[in-house]
Amino acid sequence: MLPAAFDFAAAETTDEALALLDEHAEDGKILAGGQSLIPLLKLRFASPAFLIDINRIQGLDFCDEREGRLRIGPLFRHKSAERSSLLASRFPLIAEAAPQIADPIIRNRGTLAGSIAHADPAGDWGTVMLALDAEFLIASKRGTKTVHARDFFRGPFTTAIEPNEMLVEIRVPAPRGKVGAAYMKLERKVADFATAGVAVHLEMDDGHVRTAGIGLTAVGPQNIKATAAEEVLKGAVLDDAVITEAAHKAAEAAEPQGDHRGTADYKRNVVRVFTERGLKRARERAQGGN
Amino acid sequence: MSKSISVTVNGEVQTAEVEPRLLLVHYIRESLRLTGTHIGCDTTHCGACTVLLDGVPIKSCTMLAVQADGRNLTTVEALAAGGKLHPIQEGFREEHGLQCGFCTPGMMMSTFALLADNPDPQEEEIRWALSGNICRCTGYVNIVKAVKYAADRMRASAAIPAGAGAAGS
Repeated sequence: MLPAAFDFAAAETTDEALALLDEHAEDGKILAGGQSLIPLLKLRFASPAFLIDINRIQGLDFCDEREGRLRIGPLFRHKSAERSSLLASRFPLIAEAAPQIADPIIRNRGTLAGSIAHADPAGDWGTVMLALDAEFLIASKRGTKTVHARDFFRGPFTTAIEPNEMLVEIRVPAPRGKVGAAYMKLERKVADFATAGVAVHLEMDDGHVRTAGIGLTAVGPQNIKATAAEEVLKGAVLDDAVITEAAHKAAEAAEPQGDHRGTADYKRNVVRVFTERGLKRARERAQGGN
Repeated sequence: MSKSISVTVNGEVQTAEVEPRLLLVHYIRESLRLTGTHIGCDTTHCGACTVLLDGVPIKSCTMLAVQADGRNLTTVEALAAGGKLHPIQEGFREEHGLQCGFCTPGMMMSTFALLADNPDPQEEEIRWALSGNICRCTGYVNIVKAVKYAADRMRASAAIPAGAGAAGS
């Protein structure tokens, strides 16, 4: 398969990429890892007239923690997340999701920011960022804006990013207290899209939940933040009854559709079971004292 | 509108004029006539088209040729040297790590990168590293054996000169 013809430029700086994007607006597209975009070009589901490759821009592969938050750059790849000691020690939800993304070869190339901007409802990173209450810094030639993850996803493959804008930084608040997390993903085989997935993030203080984040993958038109389930958890002593109630609320938040991966009822039940298991696992890890 | 690229492929600098939409795998197979790299699924699933980009395995059906400008590519043709099979190739032959052979170039390139990173992988690590490469014939048992065979051979041959130097003999 061949993509439809397009023109191409490899930007050397972010400013250059944003200027090109501004110039080509509706017809331009940023190319980062390309692991979703290039298949879409080949299948002719997308046919931008102009591709702006950002892979040659220096310094976009950062991942660091400063001033109370984690910052992730647009060229930080899945493989780097998988291997990051910072993420393993401080942001275990990201570390646990990373090796569950696609397959090892795709992880060498694909980026977190690209996956989030692509906004596949079956994508994993949006769910993780919803659970972590992340924000996204979005830039155009004309300025920048910050959008909270919960306001970012607007439907299948649709986000708050305008055609002349680029996602330039993922920002995750640094956790406080004891942290426990789990990313639970059901897939038929390596690199399949999730049948269903649940991201769980807990920050604990003296056995109480200080902050809880729960995100759902592939059970709706976009990644879902299960806010009612989070509310059940916040401030609670995390006993099994609370976990069961939160799991029911998460299942209620899911809007799955039946397909060849399972019926809607089945997927909703997977969400319930995964939320319960994920919370128990996260609780155990938080109590483990990291 | 075509673009000029200069790519080092298996140690040799190649220059070409390419259309931006040309996929890297088509450049490798059709322009360079290096047909060891296969096109399997054509949709980023199977790993038959795996090559090394600056030493890192990537799916060459999911990258544009123009993006390889200035980079280093290694294809399966680089494995054998001077008419002698690479230990990875030897392993796939000795352990019957293939039947039809279609996935084998990709399997071997992923194996190459794995063993550069981890010279003595456990079975679980081998299966994990090769999980982006699909084989529909073998059931993977013999592929795992082939990788172990290659790892043993490569460690043995690497140990002789390195060990000799370190021992000061």
